[in-house]
Amino acid sequence: MNANVESHAIDLAGSSVRELNSALHALKEGSNASLWRIANPRGLHAIAAGVDAPVTVEIDGPVGYYCGGMNKQATIIVRGSAGVGVGENMMSGLIHVEGDASQAAGATAHGGTLVIEGNAAARCGISMKGVDIVVKGSVGHMSAFMAQSGSMVVFGDAGEALGDSIYEARLYVRGSVASLGADCIEKEMRDEHRQELFERFKSAGVNGQIDPSEFKRYGSGRTLYHFHVDNASAY
Amino acid sequence: MNEHFKAPPIPATLPRESATFDAYTMSEIRRAAATGIYDIRGAGAKRKVPHFDDLLFLGASISRYPLEGYREKCGTDVVLGTRFAKKPIELKTPVTIAGMSFGSLSGPAKEALGRGASAMGTSTTTGDGGMTQEERGHSKTLVYQYLPSRYGMNPDDIRKADAIEVVVGQGAKPGGGGMLLGQKISKRVAQMRNLPEGIDQRSACRHPDWTGPDDLEIKIEELREITDWEKPIYVKVGAARPYYDTALAVKAGADVVVVDGMQGGTAATQEVFIEHVGIPTLAAIRNAVRALQDLGMHRKVQLIVSGGIRNGADVAKALALGADAVAIGTAALIALGDNDPALDEEYRALGSRAGAYDDWHEGRDPAGITTQDPELMKRLDPVKAGRRLANFLAVMTLEAQTIARACGKSHVHNLEPEDLVALTIEAAAMAQVPIAGTDWVPGLTGRF
Amino acid sequence: MCGIVGLFLKDKALEPKLGEMLSGMLDVMCDRGPDSAGFAVYGSGESGKIKLTLRAPEGFDFAALGKTLGDDVTVSVRGTHAVVSAPAAREAEIRAIVAKTKDVAVVGAGQRMELFKEVGLPSEVAERFELSKMTGTHGIGHTRMATESAVTTNGAHPFSTGADQCLVHNGSLSNHRSVRRDLDRAGVPVQTDNDSEVAAGYLTWRMNQGRTLGEALEDSLDDLDGFYTFVVGTETGFGVIRDPIACKPAVMAETDQYVAFGSEYRALAGLPGIENAKVWEPEPAKAYFWDRAAA
Repeated sequence: MNANVESHAIDLAGSSVRELNSALHALKEGSNASLWRIANPRGLHAIAAGVDAPVTVEIDGPVGYYCGGMNKQATIIVRGSAGVGVGENMMSGLIHVEGDASQAAGATAHGGTLVIEGNAAARCGISMKGVDIVVKGSVGHMSAFMAQSGSMVVFGDAGEALGDSIYEARLYVRGSVASLGADCIEKEMRDEHRQELFERFKSAGVNGQIDPSEFKRYGSGRTLYHFHVDNASAY
Repeated sequence: MNEHFKAPPIPATLPRESATFDAYTMSEIRRAAATGIYDIRGAGAKRKVPHFDDLLFLGASISRYPLEGYREKCGTDVVLGTRFAKKPIELKTPVTIAGMSFGSLSGPAKEALGRGASAMGTSTTTGDGGMTQEERGHSKTLVYQYLPSRYGMNPDDIRKADAIEVVVGQGAKPGGGGMLLGQKISKRVAQMRNLPEGIDQRSACRHPDWTGPDDLEIKIEELREITDWEKPIYVKVGAARPYYDTALAVKAGADVVVVDGMQGGTAATQEVFIEHVGIPTLAAIRNAVRALQDLGMHRKVQLIVSGGIRNGADVAKALALGADAVAIGTAALIALGDNDPALDEEYRALGSRAGAYDDWHEGRDPAGITTQDPELMKRLDPVKAGRRLANFLAVMTLEAQTIARACGKSHVHNLEPEDLVALTIEAAAMAQVPIAGTDWVPGLTGRF
Repeated sequence: MCGIVGLFLKDKALEPKLGEMLSGMLDVMCDRGPDSAGFAVYGSGESGKIKLTLRAPEGFDFAALGKTLGDDVTVSVRGTHAVVSAPAAREAEIRAIVAKTKDVAVVGAGQRMELFKEVGLPSEVAERFELSKMTGTHGIGHTRMATESAVTTNGAHPFSTGADQCLVHNGSLSNHRSVRRDLDRAGVPVQTDNDSEVAAGYLTWRMNQGRTLGEALEDSLDDLDGFYTFVVGTETGFGVIRDPIACKPAVMAETDQYVAFGSEYRALAGLPGIENAKVWEPEPAKAYFWDRAAA
């Protein structure tokens, strides 16, 4: 670790999430890179939400809803499981959940990388708008619902209705897919996609350990792009 | 038989059109049969529903004393977001501009709304699709809508906003999502929404990461954390069960509740939704106010009412029934120049006419307001249109003041339900005020 | 709309701590439901005896009522509630006496179940009834943010519509008026305005027809519309089900010692050995249940 890194410790058993977040929000562009260690998160909500600085936040335990919500720049590591909407609407930076993630992980996120070591529950990547999501376990039903752009890589299985009403997001699943949602189809895996998987593996810290050819690619059939009566059952 | 006898002609019955199958209904059946697509249009409910016109004020005379117009003070200012926000919004008039998206409206139209509202010291509101420079730059006070789609949602804009409005529903379509047709997904709109250009965009009906009031409470807490508890958080609902929805918004931690009646406009929604789901604005207000009163929060959590507000009398009536402010959408667009008779010929070329044009989603608006066509939008001069809106807002405010003074009030917020009577049984029941000249309030039960 | 918790012990050694664990879980769910709270605990029971949990206004003289009920009846008072323990054969007779006593209502009945609920902040409600001192094998609890029915004790959860059966619910049913009419015709009347009591009544009705708890939960997927997570208790069983859309939050944890349910992880954070528990979110439309009798 760089000797210049300033380190802070906040114990949420004594301090409030408000105190933590206002300290994190006070960090401005160009401030020293710093490391924030957070103890006793106990499933509390909105931990490290709205950070906009290139800092590292290490949270020692499970977090509640919306951890790292709207994150910009920061690296947020959750040493435990994450509640609903981890990294919701993230813009940039990295969120790494070492346990499982609840529903709507990475919902509407515009950028950055979300890595989940365990499983993600329902609606992972719902309405995602550019984020790269890597789930090393499996994802629940309705994942990537209305996903607009970005990528989702699932090492395990996907639940029912994967990619329902998907736009241009790219989905890669290694295991089984319980069912595909409306207008989501399997697509050809080309070199550019294998290249993208390599990149994602790198960001998830499993560079060279996994063979991209084990994955299948899914995306939009684009039949719902223009409203038509023959698709009525899909609406 | 006399060959010269001529039988009298049999009296013919006149051709009779069905009240059930009227010309409009039949045209809609034919259209549906030809296309297989339900009708999508803009604007709010067009059917006649009980409205503010069915209420009258009891002006002062001997038992009450009126205030002198133009001389004796009658305040119109309103502060929104006093419950939790460090920086509540202070407006000079209780008439605000409702949420309308860039995408459904052109850039110049959004700029004109900002100019008009700012000139009158009131707020404008973004819509589905994010915040534009035109609108932030020209709006002194801007409310940023937080919608299920989260198109263009980002923390920089949320911090630039003066308030955040969590949109749960709209009066035109409580329980429904949206549909913006491909013609309006221009390059810029597509970019702002992270969508492929030219596709028919569907908007979700529920938020992606919360459902229900218990989770809304956690969502509001997150938004407050992100904005360091500075900005008022509004919760907007379409009027359907306003008592419960208002109470739950308050319990979830809202600073301001916005209740939008069924006449409230929309950019693009199924006609069947617009005309058949939700309740009239008039029927929603008292129940929303009662929820606030039951929780001891009336005037502490402010209530904004919208849906068919057209003039200062509507404003005064909404305030008398207990609202703190109103929002206008359709009326503001008309002030900008929407449906102007001068454009009648062009509206007719589109199969409509001035005053009836509602195909806002098609992007061919000759007024340059509900369009993304670069040529059409040039037609709207945002400075002149903004001035028209400012004038209109000034008139509405003056009208509301005039009525308040006539009722002896030194502030428009001192208008009360007891200052009103109703002309019809329906309006009396919905507004919970007596029929004029009686003390009879129909429909008043122990529960209400 | 609420917070719900449930705890089913596998390890007998934890039974003295059931109330303490459950009250810790309930405490942190206050934010999700500040209006009222309630819980049901499956404690000791004797065969041939019935426990009736009664509710009455503050200050009601339960001791006097106990005397009129007879010598073979014991009454243990907890705040506004009292648990009457009596020979099972006398249930109908005692219910008739209670029915005639002003302001007193039976909120739960069974061989082992005791049920307490009250308006107020959940942590205070739990304290008022001394939940932390209760012992038992399993229990469920609820904190309520009322949606469409009134903030009253009657509207508080759990709802019990059958002997040793109770249910807590997070969500909102969209067809409960129709189901209520069906239940009325089937002879399982629903007393309150609350949609959750309809769900409880529905499961009771199904189990009366011979369905197991697990089967009854599966049946509910066909017949109950809307959004729901139910946690239910029976004399020996504990079950969880979520609707097929599964929007309302739910987290479960299992160790060798217990199975626990919480609307959020926060509710489970204080449980012993939670760091090493198997923690997961129940799948939509899948019935989960544990039964001591089967074990």
